[in-house]
Amino acid sequence: MKRFRGFVIKEFYHIFRDTRTLLILFGMPVAQILLFGFAITNEIKDVNVAILDMSKDNTTQEIGNKILSSNYFKLYENLSSVLEIEPAFKKGKIKEVIVFEPDFGQNLTRTGKANVQIIADASDPNLANMIIGYTSLIISDYQRELAKENSFLFQIETEIKMRFNPNLKSVYMFVPGLMSVILLLVSALMTSISITKEKEMGTMEVLLVSPLNPLQIIAGKVIPYLLLAFVNSTVILILARTVFKVPIVGSLWLVVFECILFVITSLSLGIMISTISPNQQTAMMISLGGLILPTIILSGYIFPIDNMPILLQIISNFIPAKWFIIIIRGVMLKGSDLSYVWKETLVLFGMSALFTFISIRNFKTRLG
Amino acid sequence: MEAIEVKNISKSFGKTLALDNISFDVAKGEIFGFIGPDGAGKTTLFRILTTLLMPDTGRAHVLGLDVIKDYKKIRESVGYMPGRFSLYQDLTVEENLKFFAAIFGTTIQENYNLIKDIYILLEPFKKRRAGKLSGGMKQKLALCCALIHRPDLLFLDEPTTGVDPVSRNEFWEMLGHLKNEGITVLVSTPYMDEAAKCDRIALIQKGKTLGIDTLGNILKTYTKKLYSIRSDNMFTLINDLRAYNNSDTVFSFGDTLHYTDKRGEISLTELTGYLESLNHSNLEIASISPGIEDCFMEFMGIHENALEPVTETSGKK
Amino acid sequence: MNTDDKIIISVNKLTKRFGHFTAVDSISFDVYKGEIFGFIGANGAGKTTAIRVLCGLSSPTSGEASVAGYDVYKQSELIKKNIGYMSQRFSLYEDLTVKENITFYGGIYGLTNAQIKEKTDYLIDLLGITSEKNKLIKSLPLGWKQKLAFSVAVIHDPKIVFLDEPTGGVDPVTRRQFWDMIYESASRGITIFVTTHYMDEAEYCNRISMMVDGRIAALDSPYLLKKEFNASSMHEVFVKLARAV
Repeated sequence: MKRFRGFVIKEFYHIFRDTRTLLILFGMPVAQILLFGFAITNEIKDVNVAILDMSKDNTTQEIGNKILSSNYFKLYENLSSVLEIEPAFKKGKIKEVIVFEPDFGQNLTRTGKANVQIIADASDPNLANMIIGYTSLIISDYQRELAKENSFLFQIETEIKMRFNPNLKSVYMFVPGLMSVILLLVSALMTSISITKEKEMGTMEVLLVSPLNPLQIIAGKVIPYLLLAFVNSTVILILARTVFKVPIVGSLWLVVFECILFVITSLSLGIMISTISPNQQTAMMISLGGLILPTIILSGYIFPIDNMPILLQIISNFIPAKWFIIIIRGVMLKGSDLSYVWKETLVLFGMSALFTFISIRNFKTRLG
Repeated sequence: MEAIEVKNISKSFGKTLALDNISFDVAKGEIFGFIGPDGAGKTTLFRILTTLLMPDTGRAHVLGLDVIKDYKKIRESVGYMPGRFSLYQDLTVEENLKFFAAIFGTTIQENYNLIKDIYILLEPFKKRRAGKLSGGMKQKLALCCALIHRPDLLFLDEPTTGVDPVSRNEFWEMLGHLKNEGITVLVSTPYMDEAAKCDRIALIQKGKTLGIDTLGNILKTYTKKLYSIRSDNMFTLINDLRAYNNSDTVFSFGDTLHYTDKRGEISLTELTGYLESLNHSNLEIASISPGIEDCFMEFMGIHENALEPVTETSGKK
Repeated sequence: MNTDDKIIISVNKLTKRFGHFTAVDSISFDVYKGEIFGFIGANGAGKTTAIRVLCGLSSPTSGEASVAGYDVYKQSELIKKNIGYMSQRFSLYEDLTVKENITFYGGIYGLTNAQIKEKTDYLIDLLGITSEKNKLIKSLPLGWKQKLAFSVAVIHDPKIVFLDEPTGGVDPVTRRQFWDMIYESASRGITIFVTTHYMDEAEYCNRISMMVDGRIAALDSPYLLKKEFNASSMHEVFVKLARAV
């Protein structure tokens, strides 16, 4: 045990004396979360719209004001005919045109039905979706208020509500994905580099010709990164909670447990990579290109998996982060408990076991 | 029981034959030297004996244990210094020692008397990172780390390579002291002059041993008559001698030339006369005994195969 | 620009510090054209640092130095173009063939295609490696690698070539063949600046400079050094000087 302790202490020395590594381990998560949280917003703000009011009555005025008084939209211009719609879009200054039919207010009071057309510039489909969503929301809201005041019976009440993220705050979406990438970075990349560095430097030879057995060597390499990953995920969670007010609806213990599970999966991946890499550079390439990059793209972190071609959807099943993100989003944002995420948890368990098994088989007790 | 017993070990890497049917023994308490240039097979042999590689054919026993079957026990019992990179550059001198002590289940204090003489030189630097030590200091530290658990057998693979002559001397003095502790040492080196500091040596070149014995006995196998020749103009001298049709081998040796003649023993006056006729002044010709380098080069010549061409510039005809 | 034809390296009070540590401490010396100049010293004595400055790879902290007529501060790029360099660690690309290495370095040193072809044939023939010319460097024995590396280092007939422990670990015969090549280059007017740990090789030099703790402790021909220190070999001189500190 003393041998093992001596080994783990040495590993900590290596980590804390390598400033580059420290920067990656601690600087990156903080930088990323601040970047994503503040700088990259997929929120709607001050979107230029044009209104074609062919009715020009109180109702349309009220609806128009409601839309414009939110911070989301700004009136760029009022159009006077349908013919002006196309050129208005083409000029590129507006993203949406709201068209009220003639006699809108009258139709509403008399027949209980009136038409409003929302035309969005879909050259950025994500944005367009959001714009339409927001606009519809506002209009529905108006409908509700109207209904309350006038106690009308409406046949259809469309309720569009963005659940769990009413303001469509993108940071909620990003935090689970961010966590998975950071943990992957720390656990897989760092571990694989650490082991291959020993091989490259020649000190692995000395370690092998000693009473240490391979299991102790691997464990000794892994434990410091396990602890660091834990610290990192804590930091991210705290930042998310305090700075961006991301809620943790479900059980905190479950979040912690799943994080540790994912870290173990990543660690076993890192070790597996190190057993097939002869040097640090290869380990880094495989970790970055074969692991982190696909994770960012295919795990559902940024791009929804459902929108991808079938082949990529299938491939995404092999990416551990995909399952982790589902779990974390569920637990953090929806308050799911284990009964909802047990399948995904099992998948992560299975992956850990598989990678560990392969690593042990591959680890060479000899040089050649 | 010998400390090391090697029988008919061969090892290839792809098409390259790194070790070709090597056999030798090392007695307990001996300092045994493997002398040969890079690529001769020294590191491969060491890795087989420390159980890091498996031989293709042959058997080897270290401290009575089989290198293939009993590798775990061997790894717990020997000390190994694999050449230039056996230290952690970002750990201090002290931390390196503590680490190696710890993984062998001992402490620095326990065997301190063994490394005391070496450590005294390192002590002023004990808080310095190993990466910032000079080459000579690194070697000393590596030796301490290999010794810290008091192994019965020490494998040192090229511990003095790239180190200046003074540090090399100091290192060999320390090895001499180890002998007094009964520790067997197997060391490899490309420096021929270090052969004199070993009890017995094996000359190795291209995977084959050229001679295994004490230095004295190996020198005795050199049967040619060897002469040392110098003059005021060494450059012309060597060319003239090579052009001389009686010359056999002509090699530079520092400030003199080592010369053998096809005729074996020659008349010094005859040679002097010949060289003087070529305008060499201050000639000094003497009959000398061979050194280890002369022997090695002789053996190389005998074992030469087609790979290394013998050209005019190598001094042979 | 140093117009004195005979002095190829001129160093005056050259100093290089790294933080508090002075690696090279105000050294001064000259090297003459066609000389074989040996640079010896213990590890950590400052040899490598000094060479790096002279090769234009590192800027001095203070003092002056010029190599092949170019100033080390302002004209380091010109220095690099006019010298050859070979060290034990770096010589040729292991995963290129003999021919490819020669072609590559010939190109880097600014030789024309015709010149490269001529040199390639000449070198391959001279070293007697015609049968290996399409083999990867990593498959060649060390001795051949070193000899080839040296040839490549002087392929552009530089005024001076720096050799940093070029014969480390090489067998005794090849070591001597290597020095034959050095002599041959020197006789063609190329100045040789060489470091080594083999004290018998120190004897082959015209003059030796020995560095101890960043300073030049002695500079003279081997013969005169032995006389001065009452030694029978350069090895003895080295030991006496190193221990004297």
